[in-house]
Amino acid sequence: MPADPKAVLTGVHFLNGDVACCEGALAAGARFAAGYPITPSTEIVERFASRAPEVGGVFIQMEDELAASIALQGAVWGGAKSFTVTSGPGFSLMMEHVGYAAMTETPCVFVDVQRGGPSTGLPTLPAQGDMMQARWGSHGDYEVIALCPNSPQECFDLTIKCFNWAEDYRNPVVLLMDECVGHMTEKVVIPPAEQIEVTPRHLTNKRPGDYLPFKPCDNMVPEMAHAGDGYRFHITGVTHDERGYLAVTSQAQDKLVRRLCDKIRNAAGQLALVEEEGTEDADVVVVSYGITSRVAERAIRMARERGLKVGKLRLITIWPFPEHHLRALARRVKTLVVPELNLGQMVYEVERVAGGLSRTIGVTHAGGGVHRPEDILAAIVEGAQ
Amino acid sequence: MSDNLILENAALQVEEALPESINPVEPFLRSDRIPHIWCPGCGIGTTVNCFARAVMDSKLDPNKIAVVSGIGCSGRVAGYLNLDSFHTTHGRAIPFATGLKLANPELTVVVYSGDGDLASIGGNHLIHAARRNLDIKVICVNNLIYAMTGGQSAATTPESCTTATSPYGTFEPTLNLPHLLEAAGATFIARWTTYHVMQLAKTMKEALLHKGFSFIEIISPCPTLFQRRNQMGDGLETMKFYKEHGKTKHGADTASLDLTKSGDIIIGKFVEKKDRPEYIDHMREYYTQKLGRPFEFQVKTC
Repeated sequence: MPADPKAVLTGVHFLNGDVACCEGALAAGARFAAGYPITPSTEIVERFASRAPEVGGVFIQMEDELAASIALQGAVWGGAKSFTVTSGPGFSLMMEHVGYAAMTETPCVFVDVQRGGPSTGLPTLPAQGDMMQARWGSHGDYEVIALCPNSPQECFDLTIKCFNWAEDYRNPVVLLMDECVGHMTEKVVIPPAEQIEVTPRHLTNKRPGDYLPFKPCDNMVPEMAHAGDGYRFHITGVTHDERGYLAVTSQAQDKLVRRLCDKIRNAAGQLALVEEEGTEDADVVVVSYGITSRVAERAIRMARERGLKVGKLRLITIWPFPEHHLRALARRVKTLVVPELNLGQMVYEVERVAGGLSRTIGVTHAGGGVHRPEDILAAIVEGAQ
Repeated sequence: MSDNLILENAALQVEEALPESINPVEPFLRSDRIPHIWCPGCGIGTTVNCFARAVMDSKLDPNKIAVVSGIGCSGRVAGYLNLDSFHTTHGRAIPFATGLKLANPELTVVVYSGDGDLASIGGNHLIHAARRNLDIKVICVNNLIYAMTGGQSAATTPESCTTATSPYGTFEPTLNLPHLLEAAGATFIARWTTYHVMQLAKTMKEALLHKGFSFIEIISPCPTLFQRRNQMGDGLETMKFYKEHGKTKHGADTASLDLTKSGDIIIGKFVEKKDRPEYIDHMREYYTQKLGRPFEFQVKTC
């Protein structure tokens, strides 16, 4: 369905990534945000606090990130589209509730504007150190969907996608921004509301006696109901059966947790967003994401000026990892170069997929700035040999 | 009549009555989940019975009541109530309820959990929800201990009690919950024991109909882990203790409500205020004034 025009700021704007993310959330139908201040993410909820009352929405500043990350889920079960935003230290505190959202199949969005870590780390300089945390930060087996923008325009576009996929898969979705993208100001085009596709919540039509809150449909995703709709359903973070009742057995665990993971794993093909260029005859492909992809562009240009055959693969979907693209690429190139603002996270994922097919070279950076294009170039040159 | 005889007679009456009639609270329970997990002599089931009666007496539409629990023995209450119910994470029932209420203010939102969940790990949320005076009703079953994990000491354990983690006895001061809640801004505060079932059901009904943050503390036995370790008898003996030591003082100074191991338990309704605006009402008025037009509250859009 089209977006609600009341909340869509159609036009050409000059916005930073944080503000663009907020406008994306409003366009996607979010009318509830719970947050706790942390740089460099706070501008998102500052903007939301200002915009929400105009469209009947609510921002509530909670007492901590634990509260914010569960208040947003209460709001979902009350009938809202909702999100929270944070940065590394806050994201660490929210991890239990990423798991709760996965287990209870609560459609919601977590935005993490990454800064350097561990601990308080670098307030507030960029890093891409939460890539694995977004995937594995909560205990147990579960899957998330995580997207990574590299411009304010994408902060707008991908935020909408996050909300839509949260509904389609009844799953937590993470927008993995970084400080540079969050604070970078560029042109952002917000289309007319009727051109913005918004996924409605997949609510059940069944009668109360017939509805089972965790009975999957053909796509392995169950239909939802809201509190107050007369279904009198039960939701729990404990392993449960299709009624939502506690079922603490290995059989129930296997059935539930496999489905929770498979509903995302089986959709990995549809969820894989990448930007690929110049890979047809490349010897080396630079695999990058977020702000690092923009530094990589420069390095790729420099390498081509030297006559090297270099392509680029930008990961927009980080999780589930777009391994089909990577594997296809690994079959035909000599080397994959993976620069990232951490001491090695996605490079190991690339290596897992490309292992035995092509060589993988990581270009690490502990954060606090971005790579020098020359460092990426050096890896390209090495990879081409 | 001896206590044992009273209980036997009661059991006989129930057996005779069952085939013909249904217990009036049954429609509010998920009978398909019975038997419940609570131990013999535990007080939580008694509080659930009182709550079901309060819901019935309140005349509220059960389809518009949602119950949110945290983790622990009392955290299991949500799962046994035939209402929209949410079993959340440890300590976080109140912030979940906050989001739920803000998304749909038509709902009566009840948080039903234990002392460890609400007052220790969730203590910060308890304070801030009371500060906001958001219209949620918090029912805190206080069994003075962490029961589900095996009887460890809690912030609510009175001094000189033996627990799994205080083999030499507790020596930390005990948290006085009504006093804390009054300071934080709750507008309805009461305390009963599981012996005082009529009073408790009546107070629960009042809380359901009160507009603003409401808090009911229920002193409840854990015969398996608290009373037994402290040689305080079984469930029945604890009822006698509550009967003897429960002293009703409506409007009592909440600073005077400290709990001790064997002293009196002051019970009653301590606070009922109408002078603080409820959070959502206040927000509507405030934004209407600031926007210069009615604030059209519409968080629920799905």
